[in-house]
Amino acid sequence: MNIEKTSNEQHVPVSERVVRLRKQSFEAEPSLDIERALIETAFYKENEGKYPIPILRAMNFMEICRKKSIYIGDDELIVGERGSKPKAVSTFPELTCHSVDDLNVLNTRELQRYTISREDIDTYAREVIPYWKGRTQRERIFNHVPQEWKKAYEAGMFTEFMEQRAAGHTALDGKVYRYGLLDLKKIIEDKIANLDFLNNPDATDKQEELQAMSISCDAAILFAERHADLAEKMAETATPERAIELKQIAQICRFVPAHAPRTFWEAIQMYWFVHLGTITELNGWDSMNPGHLDQHLAPFYYKDVADGILTRDKAKELMSCFFIKVNNQPAPPKVGITAKESGTYNDFMNLNIGGVKSDGSNGVNEVSYIMLETIEELHLLQPGTSIHISVCTPDRFLNEGCKVIRQGYGYPSIFNPDVYVQELVRQGKSLTDAREGGCSGCIEVGAFGKEAYILTGYLNVPKILEVTLHNGIDPVSKQKVGIETGDPRNFKSFDELYDAFLKQLHYLVDLKVRVNNYIDRMFAKYAPATFLSLWIDDCIAKGRDYYNAGPRYNTNYIQCTGLGTITDSLCSLKKHVFEDKTYTMDEMIKACDTNFENAEPMRQFILNRTPFFGNDDSYADAVAVKVYDDLYDAIEGKPNTRGGVFHLNMLSTTCHVYFGKVMEATPNGRLAGRAISDGTSPSHGADTHGPSAVVKSLGKLDQVKSGGTLLNQRFMPSLLKKDDDVAKLSQLVRTYFALGGHHIQFNVVGTETLLEAQKCPEEYRDLLVRVAGYSDYFNDMNLDLQTDVIMRTEQESF
Amino acid sequence: MSLIFDIKRYAINDGPGIRITLFFKGCPLSCVWCHNPEGISPDKEKLYTRKKCIGCKMCVKSCPQQALTLMADGVVTDKSRCVLCGKCEEVCPTKAMEISGHEYPINYYVEQIEKEIPFMDKSGGGVTFCGGEPLMHHEFLLQLLERCGSIGVHRAVDTTLYARPEIVMQVRNSCELFLVDLKSMDSDIHKKYTGVPNELILSNLRNIAESGADFIIRIPLIVGVNADEDNIRKSAEFLSSLPWQRRTVELLKYHDIGKNKHEKLGTQYNPQGYSFSAPDDEFLRRCADIFEAKEIRVKF
Repeated sequence: MNIEKTSNEQHVPVSERVVRLRKQSFEAEPSLDIERALIETAFYKENEGKYPIPILRAMNFMEICRKKSIYIGDDELIVGERGSKPKAVSTFPELTCHSVDDLNVLNTRELQRYTISREDIDTYAREVIPYWKGRTQRERIFNHVPQEWKKAYEAGMFTEFMEQRAAGHTALDGKVYRYGLLDLKKIIEDKIANLDFLNNPDATDKQEELQAMSISCDAAILFAERHADLAEKMAETATPERAIELKQIAQICRFVPAHAPRTFWEAIQMYWFVHLGTITELNGWDSMNPGHLDQHLAPFYYKDVADGILTRDKAKELMSCFFIKVNNQPAPPKVGITAKESGTYNDFMNLNIGGVKSDGSNGVNEVSYIMLETIEELHLLQPGTSIHISVCTPDRFLNEGCKVIRQGYGYPSIFNPDVYVQELVRQGKSLTDAREGGCSGCIEVGAFGKEAYILTGYLNVPKILEVTLHNGIDPVSKQKVGIETGDPRNFKSFDELYDAFLKQLHYLVDLKVRVNNYIDRMFAKYAPATFLSLWIDDCIAKGRDYYNAGPRYNTNYIQCTGLGTITDSLCSLKKHVFEDKTYTMDEMIKACDTNFENAEPMRQFILNRTPFFGNDDSYADAVAVKVYDDLYDAIEGKPNTRGGVFHLNMLSTTCHVYFGKVMEATPNGRLAGRAISDGTSPSHGADTHGPSAVVKSLGKLDQVKSGGTLLNQRFMPSLLKKDDDVAKLSQLVRTYFALGGHHIQFNVVGTETLLEAQKCPEEYRDLLVRVAGYSDYFNDMNLDLQTDVIMRTEQESF
Repeated sequence: MSLIFDIKRYAINDGPGIRITLFFKGCPLSCVWCHNPEGISPDKEKLYTRKKCIGCKMCVKSCPQQALTLMADGVVTDKSRCVLCGKCEEVCPTKAMEISGHEYPINYYVEQIEKEIPFMDKSGGGVTFCGGEPLMHHEFLLQLLERCGSIGVHRAVDTTLYARPEIVMQVRNSCELFLVDLKSMDSDIHKKYTGVPNELILSNLRNIAESGADFIIRIPLIVGVNADEDNIRKSAEFLSSLPWQRRTVELLKYHDIGKNKHEKLGTQYNPQGYSFSAPDDEFLRRCADIFEAKEIRVKF
């Protein structure tokens, strides 16, 4: 037949085992696991003050690895959990100690609930909470911060990432598959032996750090050995078939992570132990990330297949088991403002698939396709996935990726290595390090395995304009959160207004940077990550911790949110107040202050008669470019305390919803409390000329100056019915990337489906939608976020 | 005067690749099911979208002809007074009042087309002139085609082919592709539902085919009009008798999206009350078989 088919068939997992494991993972309820906190608290009570802090931390990690309960589930091929069972989440009282109230809220809240028994809450109250009072990282930080910072923070001018989770945001390179922990121990011993205690004033510090790293190696090996012991024990009573598997598991756990892996299976298990180590040691943001997993696994895959010990289906089964392991690890529970701005179980692992190799050539291989199929077959919340499309990436791979996108799970998102490699090189990475880098978390870039690129929090850019329009006062909290830049009613020109906005921007960025630098020091001092440091070059070589300038590159990002809202608001003021004089500044400010009450015609006029960002309109796009460049100027190059600098990032995750909540109406006609625009996407409903106009607008930003931009597009399923349509989507992506785009992601779900899912949540339990840099279950999102997703302009009738 | 009533970017259903489509106003046919009824009249028309109207009366107050009244179900235009001056469109805050059909200098349109070039380049797309009937505006159309040709943009013309043969051949020499609607092989049925017989269309189609022009045939399938095997068989026979490289037919299922537009125009959709419906997938399959037997490729 010569007919182009509508191929929208659903795929099923590769084996019955995977079906069962997937079901178990999908249905497991996230719960709080107090075991880690109990072990740690007992250890700290006994040992705090007796050892240098890096060694104390490593011994604490060892204690957890020695004592925590070991879990091996039926059917599992890849083993190891952070908690005592799937989806049991540890707490990290040394960073933030949850109060009894917090635990009660977590146990009962409707969304992102974490169950915990009454008994565990009592134990926590008795054993854990009293000890940590006054000793937590969060308290250290909040006791230090200046009053101005607190006011601005509470008003929602910016958020702070590290007030209850450790800095993280990193991904690993291929080292994991080339070195076992015993190899690393040897390197560390040599390093210690060669320390120059006579001439190097840091030698003692280095020795302590290196010793701590060595202890961390032992801890992870012990952790793996305990899995081997349990597997052997379970094999005694298992069915003959399962006994064979359990014995294989035991053999693998005795070999990795002590040694470098030899097979595909060992390679995945190796990574998983490293992953568990880093997320057990601390609760760094975005958990951990294997980076270019397909490229790392390809040599093992091809060798095993050639040796006849692996089939394609078996490889996919192991990959599926790995995906399910990731899905078993929900994000650590957040509280306060951080819970408001990041309400999700997703812990933001973002597997990079495809892309380029370190020599710049095409990185797509058979494992890449296996991963694409796995995404489609499992469609679980985690891990997040992205395809990386360089000019040298084959069309087949992009088209296959777009076909997965068409299924509407919100995965994978799409990145452009040709641009992010430039971003990394511009920041000072070597070309090879840049090409081995990629995107982790949502859309942020880093040199995998060589960089600490720490996201410090979001900046509410539209609110800076709000504060400018009120001469430094936040009209919502009535607090003075900015500086006095004059009553805007007296401004004679748009430039005068814009200058005032810039002054506020610089003031707030400086305020944020100052506190971030303090927090950086607190982590370097009190929370060294001696296990993570093993895997990030050049921590061992330098004898310095991941948090203390050990990595080759040390970056801080500030994520600026609401480019669409700020651009459209400035355009509205420029056009209607200063150029056309349709409204006075006073009228505009009053309209915002009163949420456009009795001014609906005015609001509609603004909505329909203002050049808005996202329409390939030179008036609006020029403003967007100006704001973007000025954000860059305000942030770029500010020194951090680790020998690196701050860079601009344009991400919002879900923070645009929280930021919108703390704002009154804006001059672009957005009503009070409504979400501001996300990432670098146009404001909701502002882009009326179709997706090609949107990406043209975005293409005008010099994205190489950032450490990542984010573009969300919603597509109607009807726009992707035919394979021809999917090819055109691919070409849209290619064009955006040729224009310099960093990232684009699609939500392919119709409004009707979403409204239906709001009405009958039970029937849509597995409806995954793209939120920001990640996907989430629609049911797990709060009403505001659901509304936000529904309101995103749907590209339909084009 | 050549009016254009819409420009659509990321047009993915009007020919190969990603395209930009310009809609000319005015058409010699008046298909009952037309989904762009504002494209039928060659004159400016007023569109009113009740849903967008907030009843602010700005249009009523500003109308120099006092042609507008706000009634319980929205603003009503006294067509005998309205001179389509556009004042209401200008003041309406919500764009509930719009004038369909604008006239811009040719450079404006070329600029719009140029904006889409990066997408055309990546996808093998181009510009599609559609309508209404672009050939009704052949002078302006030919100028536009020439300008687009000079900047290397692939040109498609979506036409009924209901035009003087010499005009068709002139356009044929200035475009790369025709998109031609084939509605019914029965001239009486054609006349009944579109207002004109089909002989001129079929002979123009034969002419362009014999001149070696490239074209895609599109057949809107409407149960009650042309969605019967007899018509499909005749269409397939006719098409297979043409010299034709591409041999591709796109089948479009009927939908009544035109209703919505008629509402905005203040006119009635399908006033004769014909019963139209979309054929089922099974019928599409059978159509496909018929075309395939004649070695014509089918796309849905």
